[in-house]
Amino acid sequence: MASVPSDLKYSRSHEWVRVEGDVATIGITDHAQAELGDIVYLDLPEVGRILQQDAQFGEVESVKAVSELFSPVGGEVVESNTGIADTTEVVNQDPFGGGWLIKVRIADTAELASLLDAADYEKFANEHGGH
Amino acid sequence: MGYVSNTDTDRAEMFEAIGIESFDELLAPIPEELRFKGELNLPSALSEYGIVRLMHNLSSKNSPAEGTLSFLGAGSYDHFRPTVVSAIMSRGEFMTAYTPYQPELSQGMLQTIYEYQTMICALTGMDISNASMYDAATSLAEAALMATNILNRDEIVISASVHPNYREVVETYLRWTGYTLVTVEATSGATDVEALRTAVTDKTAAVLFQHPNFFGSLEEVQQLVDIAHGAGALAVAAVDPTSLGLLKPPGEYGVDIVVGEGQGLGSPMGYGGPLLGFFACGKKFLRSFPGRVVGATIDQQGRRGYTMTLRTREQDIRREKATSNICTNQALIALCATVYMAELGKTGLSTVADLCLQKSHYCLTKLTEIPGVRAAFPGARFVKEFVILLPDGKDATQVASSLHSQGILAGLPLAGYYPALGSGALLVCVTETKTREDIDSFASALAAALA
Amino acid sequence: MPHQTIFEKSRRGRTGANLPECDVPRVDAAETLGAGALRTSLPLPEVSELDVVRHFTGLSHRNYSIDAGFYPLGSCTMKYNPKVNEKTAAMPGFAGLHPLQPEETAQGALQLIYELQSMLAEICGMDATTLQPSAGAHGELLAMMMVKAYHAERGEAHRNIVVIPDAAHGTNPASAARCNFKVKGIPGNDSGRTDIAALEKALDGNVAAFMLTNPNTVGLFESDIRRICELVHSVGGLVYCDGANMNAMLGLTRPGDMGFDVMHFNLHKTFSTPHGGGGPGCGAVSVKKILEPYLPTPHVVKSVVGDQATYTLDANRPQSIGRIHSFYGAFLLAVRAYTYIRTLGARGIREVGENAVLNANYIRARLADHYEVAFDNQVCMHEVVLSATRQKVQSGVRAMDISKRLMDYGLHPPTNYFPLIVPEALMIEPTETESKQTLDHFIDVMIKIAEEAKDNPELLKTAPHNTVVSRLDETYAVKNLDLRYEPIFTATE
Repeated sequence: MASVPSDLKYSRSHEWVRVEGDVATIGITDHAQAELGDIVYLDLPEVGRILQQDAQFGEVESVKAVSELFSPVGGEVVESNTGIADTTEVVNQDPFGGGWLIKVRIADTAELASLLDAADYEKFANEHGGH
Repeated sequence: MGYVSNTDTDRAEMFEAIGIESFDELLAPIPEELRFKGELNLPSALSEYGIVRLMHNLSSKNSPAEGTLSFLGAGSYDHFRPTVVSAIMSRGEFMTAYTPYQPELSQGMLQTIYEYQTMICALTGMDISNASMYDAATSLAEAALMATNILNRDEIVISASVHPNYREVVETYLRWTGYTLVTVEATSGATDVEALRTAVTDKTAAVLFQHPNFFGSLEEVQQLVDIAHGAGALAVAAVDPTSLGLLKPPGEYGVDIVVGEGQGLGSPMGYGGPLLGFFACGKKFLRSFPGRVVGATIDQQGRRGYTMTLRTREQDIRREKATSNICTNQALIALCATVYMAELGKTGLSTVADLCLQKSHYCLTKLTEIPGVRAAFPGARFVKEFVILLPDGKDATQVASSLHSQGILAGLPLAGYYPALGSGALLVCVTETKTREDIDSFASALAAALA
Repeated sequence: MPHQTIFEKSRRGRTGANLPECDVPRVDAAETLGAGALRTSLPLPEVSELDVVRHFTGLSHRNYSIDAGFYPLGSCTMKYNPKVNEKTAAMPGFAGLHPLQPEETAQGALQLIYELQSMLAEICGMDATTLQPSAGAHGELLAMMMVKAYHAERGEAHRNIVVIPDAAHGTNPASAARCNFKVKGIPGNDSGRTDIAALEKALDGNVAAFMLTNPNTVGLFESDIRRICELVHSVGGLVYCDGANMNAMLGLTRPGDMGFDVMHFNLHKTFSTPHGGGGPGCGAVSVKKILEPYLPTPHVVKSVVGDQATYTLDANRPQSIGRIHSFYGAFLLAVRAYTYIRTLGARGIREVGENAVLNANYIRARLADHYEVAFDNQVCMHEVVLSATRQKVQSGVRAMDISKRLMDYGLHPPTNYFPLIVPEALMIEPTETESKQTLDHFIDVMIKIAEEAKDNPELLKTAPHNTVVSRLDETYAVKNLDLRYEPIFTATE
């Protein structure tokens, strides 16, 4: 069973969000990485890019699938985890830790209300299958 | 017949297993009014003997260049094809295989493609080669589109010395995608370098040239590449693989994408197809180049094996965002090229290129000994093709036609392609298949026709 | 034992080719071309002709083929490739023709092209055909260009949307995008066909075309096709038929009669030209009258004076979308397809359609108790889509595992994971050329594997066991890219 940490928020496109102050750390869920299989490539945005909520911010690729990444909250990209470009397997092994993808300075915390909590996401993921 | 194996008894048993009485029950999903009634208006079926005879008769209505004394080139060449090439190509294990999506059952074809990619890299001096594309023209168009994507610029500059048919194909591809094609003149038989310098701007995604060009002449390649790079554009070269037996690989003068036509590497001319487009580029384009590619890997026991790789660029995964819509490679023609290059090897390919060089120069000398016949581009450097001008008032098409009645295909009259060259321009190709005697006969026949 | 590369077999000074001596006075290459224009090394292998023959023969033994066995790949139409086609394509009068030799010296070739164009138009119920596209995807691209030209000429260049079912081949959206169209996907309905309501919703005055495969990618005939075409036409759009599945319809029904405006054929599927391990192909395109002016140049036409027919390459076509191939397409494949159609005749062509459909339904009927059949086990056309969801739930065995296990029994697997709308898809297309006995053997093996999936799932998950290599590590391939044999580039001369 895929792990769904209870302290995080989730999007319906299978990203997770950890909010610390006004910065949101964003990654893909354990469920999403399992569906994709071995991740081999990440396309991440440059620092400074302004993202709207639900805007595409990059792509994650396995050997046989490509999945677009959508930002669960709007704001400015303040950090991009480009250090894992050559060790993308960390997204499979530790999706909620070392496999985080970007950090965004949240423009409007009200947007967080539209995200799912762990219980709702677990239910959603079970119903909706793939990433 | 239809090469159907089932007998009436088989069919009866199958009906029973399915639970139907007649075949028509399986057509239930097709609305009655859409079912085709009666018989298609096609010629009657033939026995094997009948079809062979028919096809023999039809093929006899052609006078093929191969078997004639032909000096036609212009993108389709009568280079000698060692017997071993067709012997390998006709093996059913290769010819009747599908695309190697299931690598465990396709190691043979996958390894030949890997070897093909390696040989194309060796020939062109590039880092990576795809598994091949339709032909040189569409490969050049793909290179142009790739450049527009990478640089996000929407103009392509092409030299008028690129094969006119290739230019037309590039124009078609760009026009319907919404990009602009700018053509730079080549009135003196090679790209006008100054005109190119003016045409290339910060909107230019790529400069497309051919080397040797359509006229057979070498281009000032380093200058062309430098002009492209000076504007931040990519340099794309269409090359002749046989000439690369002698010529410097484009990777050594900074070309970003190399394409070309591989038909001359062991495949018949076949009235222009199927062909073999090769496509090679630098490593930095790993994620943006079009077409299939094969890579080496390991199996569960750690043994070396091969598989198609970098698949997420392709249409079946990325759909409308794919790097190209291409979903095929010319695997069997690529196999021909691989066997050909293996058979000729390091020294053989250079020897073939050198024979072309020797014979074409001998031919130009003989032809220009004819009063009034002269080289169209004096001083042009060439490997196997060159342009001559017939004496004033002589029409190349008419002269070629009179030579043809003596069994000689004299070359390609250029008036239809380059009116500025006049009606007397003739593109002549001399491959290693022509003997001194052949060339002498051609020269005497031409002299007689012009006398 | 891995098979060495040809490069590892290279020995300095060895050569295969027997080339002629130079019989003309020599010029010096460096002087003639300039020393700076010449290469200094060419790292090709140095092997004997016997090395070449053994190397490639050895590789051929590591390759599955139709000649060797059953190839039930859905959507690929892996039928027998008749040997006589190879004989005719190799005739010197065809193989030795130069594409630019004068038309009067190539009348047999031009006649063949013209007649094949006409026969294909008759088979699909359209008005005109071009043989120029080199593959199905190339045909799709050409069709999209023609659609664009058609609308532009009618002052409707604003039409920028192409509607495509979610179940379509990936080439459809990729080809539309190549022509700068926006792709609008629509879902299917519960019976595995176009959802009419979703289509209606997607249609408006901005739609340029609807692309549909028929029979569709689930192997089902689009029974509402007339209505679908009417709906698209009613908003001014054109309807494109992806003819990948044409084998199912041969002699039985025609896309032109259904209302399609343009379609492509795959001569390498429907008309028996060999797949060649991935190509070359030929994606001939047929059109209705309204699109004929836009066909690519040059187009082969016939003119008759008295009782003398002449065939010419017509390049003077002002409305044409332009040229799409260096010359005229894959002529030698046209020779094979022509040979095939003339061998079969009208009745033979229909027998192909009938037996392709019968064979697929036989497999469906016999495997329905052992695997789930997508969309409720309906009558299918030339292919049947099974799903391994039952096996996945039972024991975690997936479609890919079943496929790999089939290899252990000497059979090629079906198509996996396509169409994307069927989970754990196993798409089986037997073609008409296979006999009931071959199908029975395949079915028996599939049933046995379904048993193995219950009793010994590990056996499947680690399959194949009897192939020259076991399951290959595709992640390793991407992470440790090796696209050429590197040692030849680093070896010191």
